[in-house]
Amino acid sequence: MADDVKALSAELAQDPDSLVFLRLAELLRHKGQLDAAHRVALTGLERHPHLADAHDLYARILADKHDFERAFDEWDMALRIAPDHVGALKGLAFLYFKVGDVQQAAAHLAAAQRVAPDDPGIAQALALAHGGEAGQSAAAPAPMAAAPAAQPLEEARVFAGLEGAEEGLLLLDPSGRVLGGALKNPAGRDVTDAVAAYLAGVSQEAGRTAKLLGLGSWTGLAAEGQHGHAHLTPPTGSALLLVVRERAVPMGRLAIMAQRAAVAARRWLEAQA
Amino acid sequence: MTTAPAGFGRVLDLVTRVRGVRGAMLVAGDDGLVVAEQLMEGIKGPAVAALAASLASRLRRALEAAGVGAGQFWHLQAEQGALLVVTAASGVLVVAVAEPDVNVGLVRLELLRAAEAVG
Repeated sequence: MADDVKALSAELAQDPDSLVFLRLAELLRHKGQLDAAHRVALTGLERHPHLADAHDLYARILADKHDFERAFDEWDMALRIAPDHVGALKGLAFLYFKVGDVQQAAAHLAAAQRVAPDDPGIAQALALAHGGEAGQSAAAPAPMAAAPAAQPLEEARVFAGLEGAEEGLLLLDPSGRVLGGALKNPAGRDVTDAVAAYLAGVSQEAGRTAKLLGLGSWTGLAAEGQHGHAHLTPPTGSALLLVVRERAVPMGRLAIMAQRAAVAARRWLEAQA
Repeated sequence: MTTAPAGFGRVLDLVTRVRGVRGAMLVAGDDGLVVAEQLMEGIKGPAVAALAASLASRLRRALEAAGVGAGQFWHLQAEQGALLVVTAASGVLVVAVAEPDVNVGLVRLELLRAAEAVG
């Protein structure tokens, strides 16, 4: 296999624009050399940004590295380029299942099955998803050949499956009571309660300020600190969602992360109502 | 548009010249009083200043508790516009009220320049 890597690498070096990067990155991924696979896939993607297979491959590598948010973006991009891309449909199904959205997972699997009706993996995953929809405890379907390990549904947790659920996501009620998530400072100390206390009432105050300025309802509050970035969102009228990340995460990206967490929070709040 | 004293006026000009900015003001961060303003008619400067200072204070404490450090810039997004704030070294808040489609990056840069000028 090492020889295959050498041969494919040589081939790619000879013709950097060739599509051999897909085989090479996949091979490295199977060998568990995820960093190398990541580099090869990313370089290939830069040369072939409109190739759905390249986005799918890159997404699988990201998913292997547990970078599920970026994997979602890549699979989403693959589907924008090729709406019937089976790999991307299966990948998104996997991610939806991971966050407990069984309905979306089943919808994506059904779409994949329409394109590839003979794929037994899809049928099996679809059966599992339907089991989950019926309220049974189900393991995440793993229709992708080497997708990340399946995990059980954790519907009781607000941010189950989202990056930073235990150290960078916090859902509060208007009085500052923690409804879900947790927050740790850069030293690893749990600061959930302290931050929650300071944020009590922020939602109402942001709402009042926006109203006074005639700006309508407030939709988000992004803050840039010396050591990190924070984003506040009202997932419902009165609750408050906080996402915190280090400064390396750009504010725009943080806003996207906050939107996704808000979807999970809204769903969870509705389920609790 | 209401006008600010000449020195502060030049600082606020940096911000208000950005397309999509409806007004700018300097606010004393500790008590929420208006230091200078260049606002479109109809915007209640003193009330906005008070709320902006209060919000800034809460955010600063929350961010410091979270280990993010003192807030340098924050951006309140709303359906029909935005409030953007930078804290100067002296604690004065440089505030901009903007249209929803304003170039946030550009306003941020000008707010930072204005904050540096305010000191």
